[in-house]
Amino acid sequence: MIAIMFLLFWTFFQIGLFGFGGGYAMISMIQGEVVGRYHWMTTSQFTDIVAVSQMTPGPIGINSATYVGYTAITNAGNEWYWGIVGSVIATFAVVLPSFILMIIISRFLMKYKSHPIVENVFQGLRPAVVGLLAAASLCLMTPENFSTPRVSHWQFWISVSLFLFAFISVKVYKMSPIRIILLCGVVGLVLL
Amino acid sequence: MWDLFTTFFRIGLFTIGGGYAMIPLIEAKVVDEKQWIGREELLDLIAVAQSCPGIFAINIGIFIGYKLRGKRGAIVTTLGTALPSFLIILAIALVFQQFRDNIYVERVFRGIRPAVVALIAAPVFKMAQMAKISRYNIWIPIVATLLIWLMGVSPIYVIIAAGVGGYLYGQIKEDKL
Repeated sequence: MIAIMFLLFWTFFQIGLFGFGGGYAMISMIQGEVVGRYHWMTTSQFTDIVAVSQMTPGPIGINSATYVGYTAITNAGNEWYWGIVGSVIATFAVVLPSFILMIIISRFLMKYKSHPIVENVFQGLRPAVVGLLAAASLCLMTPENFSTPRVSHWQFWISVSLFLFAFISVKVYKMSPIRIILLCGVVGLVLL
Repeated sequence: MWDLFTTFFRIGLFTIGGGYAMIPLIEAKVVDEKQWIGREELLDLIAVAQSCPGIFAINIGIFIGYKLRGKRGAIVTTLGTALPSFLIILAIALVFQQFRDNIYVERVFRGIRPAVVALIAAPVFKMAQMAKISRYNIWIPIVATLLIWLMGVSPIYVIIAAGVGGYLYGQIKEDKL
């Protein structure tokens, strides 16, 4: 268990350190490490965590770190109170790099922003973050989350419709994500 | 100090959906009500906090806390911003554990999962606009996506490579001039 706690700290420290581009880009990183590399949880479990992180108050990065920390430890067969320790570790680790960096940066705030080296680095970073977001959504389009026509026609096509509904509602009609999640939850309860 | 803590606790508590949704709240609290920093300074701070890694709200909190009360101030604002999230999520995690195998809860989440994927997919094009994607650099997001999605490369390495690549590109361009 000490090993997994240490890995949890190291993983979230890196995510905090390289987490450019906001909450969703961080989600992509958390998924890459927690589901892809360490298999601490399934894709569905991770998707549920993202859903809950989105619906509850607070920054998505903090919400998902707390929840992933808890789930990773309890999934490994540990008691709930160790799960709480896990969530403390993950949350602390994801904030720590910000803490160090912001204090350093606040000392020479304005010089930093328009420095040519920083500008160059961001010329590479910004387009890559777009790729991170695209990859995060593609990685979550799995049979676990959508089912398949072979397993269940019904669930697959309803999932695809819900996906399209949510995509259009947020993109075209700017509906609030919380409302979308609630609506899709009701549809799931009734139809799936 | 207590004032710092409760202000950022409130900011953490009332931000739903994260990031940019909280800017008006921060402005109202920190600039108008408490007058801890000026409006101009907040705008600069938002620009810096956005280009720093980590969580936007936390970055802003750290900066303001540090400015007003040094390192201890920064610790207080970080705790304040993170604590509401932490407590709420922990409560949900502890309760949800018991309902995970409940068929009704499972059904609700079967409906929610595709929506969550859509919510992550939706900002891709807007981000592409903000990142000024053109036909010269469109290969970067495409390669990044394929590396992560098909080859299972960790997004962390992709970000490091992109930053280093941008830096090197800048150096080469400078040498030529």
